[in-house]
Amino acid sequence: MSNALNAPPRRTTPRGFHIEPIFEMLCFAAATALLAALGGVLVSLVIGGWPALSKFGFGFITGVTWDPNPDHEVYGAAGPIIGTLITSAVALAMALPIAGGVAFFLVELCPPILRRPIGTAVELLAGIPSIVYGMWGLFVFAPLFAKNIEMPLMAAAPVGSVWETLFSGIPNGSGILAASIILAIMILPFMAATLRELLNTVPAQVRESAYGLGATTAEVVMSVTLPYVRRGAIGAVMLGLGRALGETMAVTFIIGNSHGFPKGLFDSGSTIASTIANEFNEASGLQSAALIALGLVLFVITFIVLALARLLLRNPAKV
Amino acid sequence: MTLVDTLPNGLDVSIAKIDQSVVKLDVQNLDFFYGKNRSLKSVSIPFEANAVTALIGPSGCGKSTLLRTLNRMYALYPGQKATGKIMLDGEDILRPGVNLSMLRAKIGMVFQKPTPFPMSIFDNVAFGVRLYETLNKTDMAERVEESLRRAALWDEVKDKLQTSGLGLSGGQQQRLCVARCIAVKPEILLLDEPTSALDPISSAKLEETVTQLKNDYTIIIVTHNLGQAARVSKYTGFMYLGELVEFGETGEMFTRPVTTRGSDYITGRFG
Repeated sequence: MSNALNAPPRRTTPRGFHIEPIFEMLCFAAATALLAALGGVLVSLVIGGWPALSKFGFGFITGVTWDPNPDHEVYGAAGPIIGTLITSAVALAMALPIAGGVAFFLVELCPPILRRPIGTAVELLAGIPSIVYGMWGLFVFAPLFAKNIEMPLMAAAPVGSVWETLFSGIPNGSGILAASIILAIMILPFMAATLRELLNTVPAQVRESAYGLGATTAEVVMSVTLPYVRRGAIGAVMLGLGRALGETMAVTFIIGNSHGFPKGLFDSGSTIASTIANEFNEASGLQSAALIALGLVLFVITFIVLALARLLLRNPAKV
Repeated sequence: MTLVDTLPNGLDVSIAKIDQSVVKLDVQNLDFFYGKNRSLKSVSIPFEANAVTALIGPSGCGKSTLLRTLNRMYALYPGQKATGKIMLDGEDILRPGVNLSMLRAKIGMVFQKPTPFPMSIFDNVAFGVRLYETLNKTDMAERVEESLRRAALWDEVKDKLQTSGLGLSGGQQQRLCVARCIAVKPEILLLDEPTSALDPISSAKLEETVTQLKNDYTIIIVTHNLGQAARVSKYTGFMYLGELVEFGETGEMFTRPVTTRGSDYITGRFG
């Protein structure tokens, strides 16, 4: 054994030496291919949607009439766009506090025995295919929602009040609010899991410092750990929002699929994704161009959301 | 001071007694368990009021663990438990039903790494105060200023109180943590290797701060820096493998350690 080290070394070039340039090239190719794909999608969306965009101009975004009747084709996407924005915003507003609660519980309060089962359940929930959520929403959730929430709320709303307007629509269980709730359930586990990971990154000594001053768990969470992960949390929320914006199947099942501007939370409506899913099969000509243009709009909205997240994350001004 | 606990096999353990009337915090037969692992073995050590006691010993000897029992920080973690008694002003803080918030208001703690909260310098100091007291603006501003002055940080930050505490240098952050602790008006300060992450100049400043505070607070400092222990403390406890091996006046201990292990550690033979 001792002789092995005493013998002079027989050096050649390091084994990785020849592979290094190939490795670098492969990495570069992978990254640029991604960029090319992104550009390709954007370009083909613009080209495909151009007939509709050039015909209706800005009216494509602001118009409320979406009429594929070949005799008088008019495509104004304000309904689906506003439907997309409302359902996503409401879903986010509902999911965020609950996701936060789940994450805080898992990190700060949960007895160790439960930590793993609950954490796994959250991750499994995130893995349920969206069509399952859609079916559950339509067959199980919608009837209950109509009977126990929509009808009582509509009956209870005072005549002529804001509530009456807000709760107007057909109480059949499908509509803007029902879709929002399903969306909230869908993005909740994703956000909870991400927030949990983030909270776990807060150094133990920082948390202990707060506890060491005598702070209670709620005070530690609200004043110290949450602000500590603020930037990451914004990113998690934006990614959840991104998912809500693009979610198709579940929403198509339960939003009611009517074009035009939704009048209230219980009114049926549509989102960009649900409109495309519903109509693409039978579309041709201008309609198909309009749908592709709709896809472009969704692309842009999602892009803006992600860019916004980046912007918020980049601003280190006051941590 | 006399050495009372001298064992027949030649000074294996030596714990000096100090006058009970000046003892602020008295640890009696303390055992500590991480799960099944016993990491403190029947430790008894008195901490004199308004004096600095240093805890020294090689890594993993239980110094920090001892510190974490004194404000019951370990209670955050399931599976960690302490048995024995820790008497604070005649009351056992290990007994169940102790209000941990009130206990921790009395016992401040500063950690190895600076831990400023993600908020302004002012709010960092006011954070703990707001948990217990409702002060008007002027009183709060006064309290913050006084705390920062006592932590020897005021002159460096007085013009930027509203900027983030995270923007300060490491040494300043650590003094901010000291200010944050004393703003709550504790009686005891626990310092867990407070200078181990600091450069020599910042360390010296923090030591100076400790020296200034020692007449008003009972300070317990864990340190790997023997020079630091010698400079700031009145008493020193040397721990080894979960045991308190030697405890006595710092001057005595560093010049004439009486236990074999204590003298080996102080003279650098191990650790």
